[in-house]
Formats: sequence, structure tokens, C-alpha cells
Amino acid sequence: MILSPTSESDIAAAVADAREKKTPLAIEGGGTRKALGRPAQSERTLSLAKMNAIVFYEPGEMVFCAQGGVPVESIEAMLAERGQMLPFEPVDHRRLYGSSGAPTIGAVAACNISGPRRISHGAARDSLIGLRLVNGAGEAIKTGGRVMKNVTGLDLVKLSCGAHGTLGVLAEATFKVLPRPEASATLVIRNLDDERAVQALSQALGSPFEVSGAAHLPAGIGGPDARTLLRVENFKPSVEYRIGELRKIVGGDVILYDEETRALWRDIRDCAFFAAPDPRAIWRVSTAPSRGADLVRLVRKSGEAAHFFDWGGGLVWLAVDAGGDARAKDIRAATAACGGHATLVRAPDELRARMEVFQPLPDAVMTLTRGIKASFDPDGILNPGRMYAGV
Amino acid sequence: MSAIAFPEPDARIVARRDEIIAGLAALVPAECLVTSRDERRAYETDALTAYRRLPLAVVLPRTTEETSRVLAWCHAHGVKVVPRGAGTSLSGGAIPQEDAVVIGVSKMARILDIDYADRVARVQAGVTNLGISNAVMADGFFYAPDPSSQLACTIGGNIGMNSGGAHCLKYGVTTNNLLGVKMVLMDGTIVEIGGDWLDSGGYDLLGLVTGSEGQLGIVTEATVRLLRSAEGARPVLFGFETSEAAAACVADIIGHGVIPVAMEMMDKLAIEICEAFAHAGYPLDAGALLIVEVEGSEDEMETQLKKIVAIAQQHGVKTVKESQSAMEAALIWKGRKSAFGATGRVADYICMDGTVPTSQLCHVLNETYRIVEKYGLRVANVFHAGDGNMHPLIMYNVNDPAEQEKAEKAGEDVLRLCVDVGGCLTGEHGVGVEKRDLMPHQYSAADLAQQMRVRAAFDPGWLLNPAKVFPLAGRAA
Repeated sequence: MILSPTSESDIAAAVADAREKKTPLAIEGGGTRKALGRPAQSERTLSLAKMNAIVFYEPGEMVFCAQGGVPVESIEAMLAERGQMLPFEPVDHRRLYGSSGAPTIGAVAACNISGPRRISHGAARDSLIGLRLVNGAGEAIKTGGRVMKNVTGLDLVKLSCGAHGTLGVLAEATFKVLPRPEASATLVIRNLDDERAVQALSQALGSPFEVSGAAHLPAGIGGPDARTLLRVENFKPSVEYRIGELRKIVGGDVILYDEETRALWRDIRDCAFFAAPDPRAIWRVSTAPSRGADLVRLVRKSGEAAHFFDWGGGLVWLAVDAGGDARAKDIRAATAACGGHATLVRAPDELRARMEVFQPLPDAVMTLTRGIKASFDPDGILNPGRMYAGV
Repeated sequence: MSAIAFPEPDARIVARRDEIIAGLAALVPAECLVTSRDERRAYETDALTAYRRLPLAVVLPRTTEETSRVLAWCHAHGVKVVPRGAGTSLSGGAIPQEDAVVIGVSKMARILDIDYADRVARVQAGVTNLGISNAVMADGFFYAPDPSSQLACTIGGNIGMNSGGAHCLKYGVTTNNLLGVKMVLMDGTIVEIGGDWLDSGGYDLLGLVTGSEGQLGIVTEATVRLLRSAEGARPVLFGFETSEAAAACVADIIGHGVIPVAMEMMDKLAIEICEAFAHAGYPLDAGALLIVEVEGSEDEMETQLKKIVAIAQQHGVKTVKESQSAMEAALIWKGRKSAFGATGRVADYICMDGTVPTSQLCHVLNETYRIVEKYGLRVANVFHAGDGNMHPLIMYNVNDPAEQEKAEKAGEDVLRLCVDVGGCLTGEHGVGVEKRDLMPHQYSAADLAQQMRVRAAFDPGWLLNPAKVFPLAGRAA
């Protein structure tokens, strides 16, 4: 059964009814990321497809508010018309999952989905400034607002961002935006190994030249040669100047402009190198940049893995054989040794159903997590089990 | 009579004072325990100095483990705890209560690790905000949030209040620059949230803890992001005839896709007060002043400034004054950052902190004058115009209770207005005790109940900083 509410009060009524009947709800936007998280067994799906209105857009204040079901593409088009953009470059998961439909802004907020620019401009959670949500008791809750600085009360905005719909149904989300840079270019350094590549990325990110993308694609990922990539976005003369200065620091062979640079960073953002129907399991590991290469070496010690780095070396995408536990034991051990968190982004349902998909939490943090879940959703109606068993 | 109510001290706890001090003395050495009346006085208030409450005792633990033992003991014995950084809160977030123990982080003041490859610093909670930047400045790095009190305020306090500053237009506030904390829960449990990597594997507890005003736990260590300083930075003064013209200019700069590092505004009275104090060369004939800072190479700063000056000219700017040296630049910022202190030399004041949509700046400013005048008081305005964070300094005589009440009423009226035009009660100073009772103006009962239930998941007994943030009546468990 699919419920398609058209207003916040509709959502509240649907949740209250589900709670009454003790029937969990699977919450869905465009349905392009059904494979993200643990598979949930819910009779009822609450679709936000009909919550698709822009509530307001104030370019002069660099802020917009949209209902949860508005497609990201519509938002990006609306912003582009006024020379603005979503700062955090959200991943489009369709290529990775081979899914169809339109990714929604509500899912971006619910799953804290950010791309390469996360390293310079923050994650979705850093741009998200307000939410209206319906909690598991069917109550409409407002948190945050529409202004950029707001410390009034507990920040339930950040708490909800990345909770994968387990705390509330996001009826409306308010984001701050930024001017779209006039120009963009990418400096390419060829044939560095992982260590030297991450060092170069660190040097560039530690320079004053405001690198907004720092990735390393080893040989065989998106091309025959290893490529270390540094993106600068700014006014045109600044891009020229800064790429030149970066080149003095880290060298570099080629400079890519315009559509070439945009296409390349879209591929990195969406993990296109491991796109469906590639059958391998995909892990996304966040660690300290200087330990990214170590982490890969540890994983490689016990079996094959393809990889590339984003976020200056701190985001490691891994493609491994989907058999057994999809290398969970090795990858969790490597993550524990290096510090960070690992998410099994793509794997067969059957596998995701019987193992942890998100980073396992220490007991004390798990206790807090369960307490928070119960405070929003006392009867476990909203996306139960999507993140952790019982959450 | 003062307007802000404090809960009646729990007589049973106060009566057990000797026993409680003996209990704490068994956990920490004498140098970490403050019990005499005279020494406790140093902790009786924060920067909301009109209110004072002498704490039962003050504990200054040296380590996370000591903090844990003290909290566990207080938890077991039902003793309330008020966490404290440097006590610079403008909203009374660190004001103690007579039946509570203050736990201060001042003895945990070491920088533990600086890592330029990963661009992070790991510090103890009692390290000052400026202490971090000072430690990395020579290597060309800085810690971005820069509250005016940065010389004194601690990173632990900054996390508690999610502190901002003048440069957060570009660099964000504390929550955007924090990667991890080590924190002690009320029952003594030590938790580590985040680390030296980005984002969270589970719920964003780091985001929740930041700005929670010491109600969820006591942070003892933090990992913060370091940023590389720009090649150069130049603040420029723009004098306008009216605040309207200055505010319109701010909106227009943003509209042109230019985001300076900072856009600060002062009204006439604030200009006079700050200039008299700092001699920064502020134009005394201006009705409103903008400090706009640009960053980058010489050429980049020139190009940006040209754009900004052209926009300012369209808004009838009267004076444009670029800083010609690092010393002049420092003076310009000294004037702005000492605005609160300089105002304090002229009169007692309360500082409001509402944030409004930038399109409402002028309206709110004019209404602020009208409201404050209605109460027969004066107001100076210094604020972060780029992000709509207002700071009206309402001046009054602290020795005149009737005037204090008027000042507080005027402040409340201004904050209600901020909420009514789409803004919020506090942009960076926190709710504390000061704005606690205004919370129902911004949030519904259900909104507040949800926040309180989340709070209770960390501290079910409401022992941590309990008199703050949430209205005293109608608390949910």
C-alpha cells in the first residue's frame, strides 16, 4: 500500500494512523535510493511524491524552502536561473544503483548526501538550516528556521539530517545556497601512486588557493593512467591565477575546463566508475586524509579491491566482491585501525539484511541513539531498522 | 525586581553542602576544588552580570577521567551541575545556582595535537578560542570561528553555545568547523563522537551536542578543523548617510554573487563609542558604517573591492577607506571586536542577538530604535549584517532596578519582533537564562517537548545546567 500525502497534516494523519495500527512505514522520495541502508520490511510506503512545491526562494537572502518531494533537478534549475547553487554537490545515486526516478531534496536532507565540494563547502547538514517534520507520534515539529545563524534550542536539524527518515518524515527543508562560481578548472597530475597523490592533495588543500575538489583516481579508474585532480572554482581571473599557483606547488600536467571538468567531477560525485550493472559491493569510508592510503593497503592485504579517493584522500570508495560478507570484516578492521566510519553503500538485499550497513556504534553511543529514536518515534513506525536493528 | 526567575534552590541539597564537599574532595585534589565563599564569588556570574548566584562548590578537573568521576558522583547523589568554560556567556548560560556544583574546564587547557596534513587540531576543552589560532598562525593556518570574546572564551564554551563571530559569513560557525569531541555524560560515561574525519557513521550527535548549552554532557576534548589563511585580507570601511543605504548595499553585494569574508555594520552611536575607544579612523560623520573584508592575492582583493565599491557608490556611499597596512587592518577590527567592552565603559547594557532575514534588517533596525525609545533608553547597534545577526546593545543603569526591567522588556520586544519577521531569538549567543522564557514565542509546545525529550535521552534526571534554555514550567521528562 502506498500513501501519498499532499500536505503536512496529511502526513501527520498517515503517521498517526500507522502508529495506531502498529504498522511501520517505509518513507520514500523519488525511490532512487531504496538500496541505501538496511532493507526494511514494511507493508506501507509513505511517498512524498506529491509534496512537491517550492515554499519560497529568496535569492537575495540565498535561501530556499522546498517540500520534501521536490526533485533535486528542479531545485538546481531554479537556483541556476538566479546564478546560485547547492553548495554541497549532492550525489545522484541512480548510476550506482541503476535506479530510475528523480532524487528528491527531502532524501538529500534525510540522508545528508554530499559530494566532492563537501571538503570546502561543508556537507548537506552544513547548508540545511531548517526543517518541518512529522515525528513518529504524528506531531508536526519545526526545528531551525530560515536564517543562517540560529542557536535557539537544540539543533534537531542536524540530528535529523542523516537519520535516514528514522526520526521524522521531512515535510519541508530550508537550505542556504551560494552564488554559482563564474568559472571552474581542474589541474591534473598524472601517474602518482596513492601516497604521493594524497600528499599532493594535502599540500594543495593546505594552500590558500581554496581547492573545492581534491580526488585521486588510480590507474584503471576512469582511464588508463593514475590522475590526481584539484578543482578550483571562482571568478575567472582567480581560477587562472590559483591553478597557476597550485601548479607551482604540486606540479601538474593538464588543465581541464568547462564541460570537461564538470563531467569529470560528476563522475567522481556519483561514483560512476563502479556504476551498475557492475556486480561488486561498494563501500564508502570516511577517514583522516593522511590515513586513506593506509586504509586501502590494509584492505588489499586480505583480498582484491578497487578504489579511488575523494575529499583529499579522506573519502575512500571501495569496490569489492559481493560474495561472503562483502569484505565487511576486513574493511571494518581497517577502518577501526585508521579511524573513521564505513558504510556498505551497495550490496544485494539479502546481504544488507543480515549485516550492519552503517558503522557499528560503541555501546554508549548506541544507547543514546536508541534513546533519541524513542524520543521521536516511540513505537518504531518510521523506517524501522533502516539504519540499525531496532532504530 | 529582576525579570528572570531562577528556580528555588533545593533546600535538601543546600543542607548537605558539607557532605557534598567531602564527597568531591575525595575525588579531586584540593587545588581542583573551590569552596570558600570569596573564591566561589569568581564563579557567581558570567557576562550577563546583572544576575549572580553563588554555587555550592566549584570543581576544576584536570582530566576527562576526573570529570567522569565527579559527574558520576553528582549523578549518584542527585546533585545538579553547571558546566563552565571561561564564563563569557552573554545569555547567562554559565550562571550557577545555589544548589549546584560548577564544573569548570580551565585546568584542561592543553593543545594535544596539531596536524597540518589533515588540517586538524585536537585540544582540551579549556583551550581558548584564540589560543588555537595563535598556535598555528606562524604556519599560516587559523581556526575560523572568532567570537568577540575569543581572547578569553574556551573551545568547550564555544561548542556549548555554537559560537560564531565576524567571519562566519564565509567560514561558518563552530558546528561547521568541529570534527569530534570527547564528552562525559551526566552519569560519568565517557563517549567519543566523531574524530579527525568528516561526518558521522550514525546519527549526527556532534551536530546535536554543538549548541546544546551544556545540557547533554561536558566536553573535555575537541578536534577542530584548521584552515589555511588567505594570501591577504583587507578590511575596508564604508560610511553611509543612513542605515537603510548601508543595509541595501549589503543585500546588493550578495545579490551580485560576491561573498566577502565579513560584512559588519554599526550605527551612529556604535561608531562614536567604538571610535572613542579604539581610534580606528571610523568616519564620525556617517549615519552607518560597514566593515567589509575581502581576501586573496593583491590582484584578487583589488578586483573584488572594485566591484564592491561600485555597488556601494550606487547606494550613495560617503566615505570609503581601505586599510593601508596590517596595523590599520588590526585597528579596524579592534574597534569592531571591542564594541561590547567599549559600550560597557559608557553604560551598563544588555546585548540582544536575534537573527533576521537580511531583507528585514532595515525594518528591524528602525523598529528597534522605536521600541527602545518607547522605554526611554538608548541603543547602539553593531551586527553581522551579511547573515542578519543583529546585536542591539540596550544601555541602562544596573543600579536602577526599574531601568533594568525596562531594558529587559525592550530586549524582549526586539526579540519577539525578530521571530515575527521570520528570524530567531539567538544567532550565536545562546538561549541561556536570558531568552529561556521567550522560547514559546519561537517554538510550539510540541516543538519544545520534542527538544526536551531528546535532552532527557542524555540526562533523564535533568541535572545538567537545568535552569537554562527551556521554560521552567511545563518541562517534559
